[in-house]
Amino acid sequence: MLSYALRRLGSAIPTLFIIITVAFFMMRLAPGGPFDREKQLPPEIEANILKAYNLDKPIHLQYLDYMKNILRGDFGPSYKYLDFTVNDLILTGFPVSMRLGLYAITIAIVIGVTAGTIAALKQNSLFDYLVMGVAMTGIAIPNFVMAPLLALVFGVYLSILPVAGWGGGAFKYQILPVITLALPQVAYIARLTRGSMVEIMNSNFIRTARAKGLSEKIVVVRHALRGGLLPVVSYLGPATAAVITGSVVIESIFDVPGIGRYFVNGALNRDYPVVMGVVIFYAILIIVLNLIVDLVYGFFDPRVKVE
Amino acid sequence: MLLDVQNLTTRFHTHDGEVCAVNNINFSVEAGECLGVVGESGSGKTQAFLSIMGLLAKNGSADGQVYFDGRQILGLSGNELNNLRGVEFSMIFQDPMTSLNPFMRISRQMTEVLSEHQGLSEKDAVKRSLDLLDLVGIPEAKKRFSMYPHEFSGGMRQRVMIAMALLCEPKLLIADEPTTALDVTVQAQILELIARLGSELNMATVLITHDLGVIAGLSDRVMVMYGGRIVEKAPVRDLFKQPQHPYSKGLLESMPRVDDSNNKSLYTIPGQPPDLQALPLGCAFIPRCEHAFAPCENQVPDLVKISSDRFKACHLEELP
Ligand SMILES: Nc1ncnc2c1ncn2[C@@H]1O[C@H](COP(=O)(O)OP(=O)(O)O)[C@@H](O)[C@H]1O
Ligand code: SF4
Ligand SMILES: [Mg+2]
Repeated sequence: MLSYALRRLGSAIPTLFIIITVAFFMMRLAPGGPFDREKQLPPEIEANILKAYNLDKPIHLQYLDYMKNILRGDFGPSYKYLDFTVNDLILTGFPVSMRLGLYAITIAIVIGVTAGTIAALKQNSLFDYLVMGVAMTGIAIPNFVMAPLLALVFGVYLSILPVAGWGGGAFKYQILPVITLALPQVAYIARLTRGSMVEIMNSNFIRTARAKGLSEKIVVVRHALRGGLLPVVSYLGPATAAVITGSVVIESIFDVPGIGRYFVNGALNRDYPVVMGVVIFYAILIIVLNLIVDLVYGFFDPRVKVE
Repeated sequence: MLLDVQNLTTRFHTHDGEVCAVNNINFSVEAGECLGVVGESGSGKTQAFLSIMGLLAKNGSADGQVYFDGRQILGLSGNELNNLRGVEFSMIFQDPMTSLNPFMRISRQMTEVLSEHQGLSEKDAVKRSLDLLDLVGIPEAKKRFSMYPHEFSGGMRQRVMIAMALLCEPKLLIADEPTTALDVTVQAQILELIARLGSELNMATVLITHDLGVIAGLSDRVMVMYGGRIVEKAPVRDLFKQPQHPYSKGLLESMPRVDDSNNKSLYTIPGQPPDLQALPLGCAFIPRCEHAFAPCENQVPDLVKISSDRFKACHLEELP
């Protein structure tokens, strides 16, 4: 299994290379530059700055330099957050985003799987319609609507939670961002679980389990859940990646110092190294998460060989 | 009488109305005997026995009485039935490829039956399971015990299903088209196995099939179903010698015969099985029956006794 994992990671290198290359040139092709100001800088100052950051060289040389640096694990300096390297920004921002994301995805799994399973077992009951209705709503409402709505209700109207801010990461400041992050995932996982559990519960091997005189609890927990959760396992790869890399919208609205915010600011300011660094970091993260999902999938489904 | 079924009717509620899949049937199974159940696909064979097992789909419901060992079991709760299913009677299904849990080892799927019903220790349950795998002819049972279903061939899976069904020594085994999904060469082996186990273990068997040929050498009695009703019941030999219902006769004639050389095309009963939601007023077989006459139009023929051990549901006095 270890050799499989290593081989998988190895085979991702060309993909990574292409992503980096495309991102690099797309960044440079975007209009504007990192040091464009409303007021023109004197030409000699601008030339100095460009020189300092190696931006005066022809683009293919810049590219080669950049590739050499990232091979050493150095993503370069930020143009905007002076005194910070991109590595610094990722190291301070990512843990914050990841913590919120992991809370959110855990909540989503627990509530989503439970609600989806019960809805499937009580198909077409009031509970089923309720869960599916709420889930539809949860998926349909975008987070830039949900976030201010929650802030309004819990922060302003009920005033039991802070409207925004980070408060040094105190628990109560994390609640609303986590909920906003979790809601669509809860909804999606609930729908996914319900659909696949309904299918499994109608399958032949469940009928066999019943014909063996097993109790309904064993039929559901031991026989149905494992297969019923497979689609959720597959979904968790991309979902976890999306959620732990920080939602730009949520981090901006709630003022969370996560990695998502650096990414937007980086893009807006043409802070090339920051954008590139975050893109590469995301890419690696997704590759690793997909690998984990495949390994877990192999554990869930014996028919799939992870070799 | 081990199993006595009286006035069993099974209905399904669907979007476009009610479907009566089993229509007031009566039959019984004696201890140790083999009853064949024959009929084209859709004639209600599976649903009749799922009703008895309490395994109908959610939209289905069954009425009537089913006595097992003298006890009325139709309509018992799931919990009460769980003390009987897999213990007093077992059922195996048509498609062994999908009837075993693909996510569980064979070992677990077998031993869980014993720990659930007999409270056996892990060790005893393993031993008993291995004995049964031996009994149904799985080579190297010990080695294959911890494998997953996908590592077995279709025939071997059906053997595993049989072994699993017999763990608690049931008095009745219901086999629903156990060989339909299998290779022709394997079919005979599985049927022979079921017949042998039935007599060795003194266990009654119900062999459901759409192919009369399957039943020929194995069953004692046979009941023929059409459109959710029983149209003929007879000892197998008598039915083969002289069918009394036009439908049974059609089934016999459409049986592939060994002595038939390849140049003759097989006879098939003309027409389609009936639409259960639009059954004719009279005999359901009427559109396909060459003997139909006036009374068939507006009266469903009752299943009546025509000799000590034969019944038929046809208005004809005698089949020409
Ligand atoms: N869940 C269901 N809902 C509606 N109709 C059903 C359902 N299950 C079975 N039926 C109907 O019952 C009839 C008899 O089916 P079945 O007993 O499976 O036939 P067979 O003789 O081939 O085993 C079929 O025509 C089928 O349409
Ligand atoms: S009752 Fe009439 S239609 Fe039905 S099988 Fe007998 S002869 Fe044919
Ligand atoms: Mg059937």
